[in-house]
Amino acid sequence: MLGDNFKNRIAEEIHKTLDNIKPHVSEGKPFHWLHSFFDGNYTFLFQPGTVTNTRVHMRDGIDSKRTMFIVVIALIPCLLFGMFNVGHQHFGPLVAATSDLLNGINTNSLSFDLIMEKVNALAAVHPALADAVYEATRKPLEENEQMAIIYPVLDHLANVGFWGKFFFGLIKVLPIVIVSYVTGLGIEFAIAQMKGHPIAEGFLVSGMLIPLIMPVTIPLWMVAVATAFAVIIGKEIFGGTGMNILNVALMARVFIFFAYPTYISGEKVWIDGLVDGASGATALAQGASGGVNAFAWSWWDMFIGTIPGSIGETSTLMIIIGAFILIWTGIGSWRVMLSVMLGAGAMGLLLNIVSLSPSIENQFLAVPFYYHWVLGGLAFGAVFMATDPVTASQTTKGKWIYGFLIGFFAILIRVLNPAYPEGIMLAILFFNVFAPLIDYFVVQANIKRRLAYAKK
Amino acid sequence: MGKTIKLKRGHDIILEGGAIKVLGETPQIATYALKPANNFGIKPKLMVKTGAEVKAGTPLFYDKNNESALFCAPVSGEVVDIVRGEKRKLLEIRILADKEISYENLGTKTEISALDREAVVAGLLKSGAWPMLRMRPFAKVAKPGDTPKAIFISGFDSAPLAPDYNFIMQGKAEAFQNGLDVLKLLTDGPIHLNLRGGEHSCDAFEKAEGVVKNHFYGPHPSGTIGVQIHHIDPIRKGESVWYINPQDVITIGKVFTEGIFDPQRTIAVTGAEFGVRKYYETRLGCNIEPFVKDNLTGSGHTRFVSGSPLLGDKIEPNGFLSFWDCQLTSIHERDYPEFQGWLMPSYKRPTASLAFPWSMEKDTKFVANTSTHGEQRSFIVTGQYEKVLPMDIYPVYLLKAIMAKDIENMEGLGIYEVAEDEMAICEFVCTSKQPVTDWIRFGLDMIEKEG
Repeated sequence: MLGDNFKNRIAEEIHKTLDNIKPHVSEGKPFHWLHSFFDGNYTFLFQPGTVTNTRVHMRDGIDSKRTMFIVVIALIPCLLFGMFNVGHQHFGPLVAATSDLLNGINTNSLSFDLIMEKVNALAAVHPALADAVYEATRKPLEENEQMAIIYPVLDHLANVGFWGKFFFGLIKVLPIVIVSYVTGLGIEFAIAQMKGHPIAEGFLVSGMLIPLIMPVTIPLWMVAVATAFAVIIGKEIFGGTGMNILNVALMARVFIFFAYPTYISGEKVWIDGLVDGASGATALAQGASGGVNAFAWSWWDMFIGTIPGSIGETSTLMIIIGAFILIWTGIGSWRVMLSVMLGAGAMGLLLNIVSLSPSIENQFLAVPFYYHWVLGGLAFGAVFMATDPVTASQTTKGKWIYGFLIGFFAILIRVLNPAYPEGIMLAILFFNVFAPLIDYFVVQANIKRRLAYAKK
Repeated sequence: MGKTIKLKRGHDIILEGGAIKVLGETPQIATYALKPANNFGIKPKLMVKTGAEVKAGTPLFYDKNNESALFCAPVSGEVVDIVRGEKRKLLEIRILADKEISYENLGTKTEISALDREAVVAGLLKSGAWPMLRMRPFAKVAKPGDTPKAIFISGFDSAPLAPDYNFIMQGKAEAFQNGLDVLKLLTDGPIHLNLRGGEHSCDAFEKAEGVVKNHFYGPHPSGTIGVQIHHIDPIRKGESVWYINPQDVITIGKVFTEGIFDPQRTIAVTGAEFGVRKYYETRLGCNIEPFVKDNLTGSGHTRFVSGSPLLGDKIEPNGFLSFWDCQLTSIHERDYPEFQGWLMPSYKRPTASLAFPWSMEKDTKFVANTSTHGEQRSFIVTGQYEKVLPMDIYPVYLLKAIMAKDIENMEGLGIYEVAEDEMAICEFVCTSKQPVTDWIRFGLDMIEKEG
């Protein structure tokens, strides 16, 4: 077939080129310090020709790279929706304010000074408008000439559509993704080189998870510092991928959460370019402050995900698509996902019952349990982070217990601890620590069964 | 009386290259060999020299730690070569076979009904048939001093491309029954003959008397002895169970009905690299060259295995089948890189995972090769081994106990119940490409030494 021949030709050429480079990175050569980098790239392009050398002569087609890659694929719907939603949240209040303003201009009910005051306020949060204002005021112009420059921009802004929102989000989110990958992979490559190890693929997933659990307004340097912390302290000092105790991406988040709390909590951080006077509170914060009546969105809005929040966590729908990919390919544990949801539902229900008591004043307790499934980061954590096989329970029974307790405690923290508005992050990290203990009891039961039989 | 065991967990690897159920005309096989170092894990003491004339049943060597069991020549002829490896390790004793086999008179010919256990043990030990009896734990030659709590015979092999014992054993009912009658004297417990559920077995199995017939349903490794023992009569510390291949039961019978060591084997020649794939009547330790010569199709870059592609000994194209094997497999040696092989595989490869477009295809026959399909990593994925190992065992915990050399936990986690046969499928499915069977053997050796 022509297509195959073409692919083979290209592959051959690339392999030849790499063969030419290889001697330069070998031991004792000036570019040996790039050996791991070369190796990582080579194995990314070519599955090496290693053959079985034990008594088992054939191996399954699956490997670590494909496994990790499928998780990244499963995250793509969340990433794309997150980009759209960043734009959607940005333009939502902006479009309303702009339309209002345009209406005032068209009906001549506003003075020019008032118009310019409002335009300036909006320009503070939207770059295109700021450019227009600059263009209109950098040299002395008549009022109507200034208006001629600003009006089309306002008009455009009032009519921004899906793609406008998406590209705005793309431009905001992409740098975070890049910083996360460059920092994390850079450190992984360097450490692999130092220790003479091959580069493991674990960070392919972590590098995508980290941006998705950040607010869009997070400063890039903070992403870099947190990623470095997570990779070095969270993973590499334990021996690298497969050896870590805590979920690497959550380590990055928890680092910012405790080191720079104001950048990752509160009401101002979730929307890029928050219009003056508009609320940037998440649904979670609204629920905490006033119960179910305080929500500005319906359950369905929260399910679809057009609400403020961390970049990738808002859309339960997209998370379900990701979950479906993970379950279909057998790569994510459906037991963990389901049991987290069951645990969360159980605690939600329990709190609903408690809230029936007249002495309870906290309205959050009365929020129906099925809201908890679509609020905050619960679903995202359940599907993509609690299921991390390295840090989760390893036994089948253990997975049920581990997942259930995560969900149970996530809602407990969420509702009853005013200091932490979202509980899933801490619940997962907490039970990452306890997972080996849960497994220990499950495995001990197996050992006891065997010993009991031996005594008979 | 027998049990019916339905296993859900496991995985059948469906491969191109099975042998057609036809008995081919056996080519002239010039040489035969025993392979002390690789097959038995013993310290052999040689009893013959190069140039010696031997008969079938003449002792060739014995184990220094177990002097009573003799390892004997499978054919008559001349010892032409004694191959040694590093540190003078005894690798092969090669015999150039006579055209007409002559047999050592063992003096064991007698009515089976007149035998007692002592006579059986003594007869088997000197005949060369004893090493055909293996024991669990350890999957090694049975210890003559032990009395096993049961003897197991698996009447089917569930490994990929495995020979079909129903074909091999057909018409051998009487000889098989003789062997069973001898084996019965070796244990106070039952002889379990395990058959594949839902299919009609050959007469030798169906008509066998004095045995407990159990039926196993389910995918590989349902045919492995460890899984069968686990579900019928699990082994605990201090216990032993012996097991034997169906064909060797006949050899054991002949030691007493005819007084000779006559280790005939019907072997299956399998693997997609071979043009002609049939069954052939040979003897223990046969040279594979006659089956390889002029029979290779395809790549020309081939690995030969004594056993199945899932578990066996790698041998040279002029090598010899191992002591317990009745299968020769050819498998494509795929030792060159594949562009974007992990992302966009250029051919369908067997998999137990659901992560490939063809994962759900039930009828696809895959062409096997020796590529590892990826690099070795730390344990990452969990629950993968459990899905294919139908035993109440936590394989990864067992492996970690072995790596930590923690004998107490190895025992607690069931090291006595497993060997390479069952664990091979775990090694196959492993995402992290861990050498599972090597670790299991390492653990078993350690337990045997220390325990």
